[in-house]
Amino acid sequence: MANLTLVQAINLALIQEMEADDRVMLLGEDVGPNGGVFRVTDGLHARFGGDRVVDTPLAESGIIGTAIGLAMNGLRPVPEIQFEGFLGPAYDQITTHAARMRTRTRGAFTVPMVVRVPIGGGIHAPELHSDSPEAIYAHHPGLKVVMPASPYDAKGLLISAIRDPDPVMYFEPKRIYRAFREEVPEDEYTIPIGEARVVSEGEELTIVTWGAPVVQCMKAIENSEKSIELIDLRTIYPVDIDAIEESVKKTGRCVIVHEAPKTCGFGAEIATSIMERCFLHLEAPVQRVTGFDTVMPYYKLELEYLPETERISRAIEEVAAY
Amino acid sequence: MPVKTVFETKIDHVSILDENGNFDAKLGKGVIPDQDAVALFEHMLTCRHLDEVAFKLQRSGRMGTYPENRGQEATSLGAAYALDKKDWLVPCYRENAGLFWRGLPIEMVLLHWMGDERGNQIDNELCITPLAIPIGTQMLHATGLAWAAKYRQEKQIACTFFGDGATSEGDFHEAANFAANLDLPVIFFCQNNGWAISVPSKIQCSAPTVAQRGLAYGMDCVQVDGNDIFAVVKVTRDAAKLAREKKRPTFIEAVTYRLGDHTTADDARRYRDEKEVESWKKKDPILRLEKYLREKKLWTDKKHEAALAKARETVTAAVKRAEEIADPKIADFFNSMYAELPADLKRQRDTMCTHSLGLDPSQLEGTERQAVNSQH
Repeated sequence: MANLTLVQAINLALIQEMEADDRVMLLGEDVGPNGGVFRVTDGLHARFGGDRVVDTPLAESGIIGTAIGLAMNGLRPVPEIQFEGFLGPAYDQITTHAARMRTRTRGAFTVPMVVRVPIGGGIHAPELHSDSPEAIYAHHPGLKVVMPASPYDAKGLLISAIRDPDPVMYFEPKRIYRAFREEVPEDEYTIPIGEARVVSEGEELTIVTWGAPVVQCMKAIENSEKSIELIDLRTIYPVDIDAIEESVKKTGRCVIVHEAPKTCGFGAEIATSIMERCFLHLEAPVQRVTGFDTVMPYYKLELEYLPETERISRAIEEVAAY
Repeated sequence: MPVKTVFETKIDHVSILDENGNFDAKLGKGVIPDQDAVALFEHMLTCRHLDEVAFKLQRSGRMGTYPENRGQEATSLGAAYALDKKDWLVPCYRENAGLFWRGLPIEMVLLHWMGDERGNQIDNELCITPLAIPIGTQMLHATGLAWAAKYRQEKQIACTFFGDGATSEGDFHEAANFAANLDLPVIFFCQNNGWAISVPSKIQCSAPTVAQRGLAYGMDCVQVDGNDIFAVVKVTRDAAKLAREKKRPTFIEAVTYRLGDHTTADDARRYRDEKEVESWKKKDPILRLEKYLREKKLWTDKKHEAALAKARETVTAAVKRAEEIADPKIADFFNSMYAELPADLKRQRDTMCTHSLGLDPSQLEGTERQAVNSQH
């Protein structure tokens, strides 16, 4: 066991999967000698060489498009897009090819790749370095969308993602890259894609969240006298709706927390699923605490935009009192 | 400081067999043996006949939108002939001749345009990727496919086909830049057929040649008469050698012409001059090769009749196979979404004919519902 940050846990998973499987290779901007702008690939270029850890030209569609070809020809590429704000140019390749290849060829071709992308706000970053587009990718059939919120999960989920035969969007909440450490086993282990984690058990209210807001939710729960169950989705698609159903049927109340804007955020999908499955068990309307339907503000106001502890606490009180 | 020239270059245009049947014996020596020239010609006749049949199938409602290949048969065919069987062919959608030469069953392409994904279910051993619909995007896949071969230290290379319009897309520029800078064995094979639907190639590229676009990326570039199969084979062979031995990409601009409409949904009379079309009909790759074969006494009227009969037979059989394949099962569009279907997707599949989407069948136990279609 080692006490690792989320960044270190991802780095360790990459090292171990690259050692275990020659087909695994990394490509992206600055992932080579520089080790990535967040140092996620630190030391990997020296360890595995320039053929397996490749600094590419600065072109996101190029990174994903060539990764698709690499995957179709037998490799297990792990491309990195430097920030979620730069996914735009790669969106076409991800959605019109990677997501569709298996089904449009009825299984003749597949794209086993993991697109690693730092995501979310809260680090005082420049414009377009703080968004949360996970719902956009969850809306595209053919992709899996993962977002760990702890070092332990980050390692196990990344190993699962690399071994997954389908394309996985692996979003890394940059706000908690180094926010805390956790015991992470040295040995390789996997966490199944599609399984949520019950962070804390409770009887009176359920909070469903994913990514960096898990930390804010834990603080809100500490500040509340209610018995609150916290579910960290870990995987956005395929979502573990059974875990949510089980919890909400027990508590009858639910608050959904995410950084992305409210309209068409993944919270809307969860709220609908809860209504479909838990209608007669609900004691209060499901509430959302999300980013606003605005452009993510520059960092002076980013904490006003993000679902911080105070807003979560307010929602807990409102739903509990309903 | 004086001004000095730091870079100079030129673009060669390669032609071996011109439209009048003149053959450059020196340049063309040994490019295509007689026996192969006959086989390639017969293959082009089959592809041309397929276009005629496909057009009628579409007009009579037996097939959806179809893009005619007419006039461009020599380009992809010459390239496929010049490459090894294990080299990737990464097409857009006007490369029938090359794909069939490699071994793609004709009915696969028909199935694709008949709205059936099984047309893309291509045997990996053929090293052909499925038709790419979004323009230019497949060039990056070719670059990645070639990269994987190089990564494994294999001799395999990739050849990707695209039109002049596709060189306006960012993905072309990104692919060319990746291939050149990372030393990847890719051939960028541009079929400059003059038109991107209704937009002439001058709107795509105002430089004297499209070929010179590759220069900016530091790769070898050549222009070739795309209706001259000898020249196409020669330049592709040279490019393949460079790719295989030096891991360097080449840009080939094959100058050809789309004699038909963009697709069966298009009417080219709306935007282009019939005189232009007529002038290109004289340059038809099939007429040209026929002239060559007849002059070499390799072709006769009798052989021509026999070849046409064989083409009809081949195409008729392919159409029959495409039309007689059993309809896909409804659940097919679920089943290949993922290697393993997520639980909710299974639920959607299993209840699609009996329940509203959101309702879990377990919530409705005891209610009687008859599946309208239970073929899963």
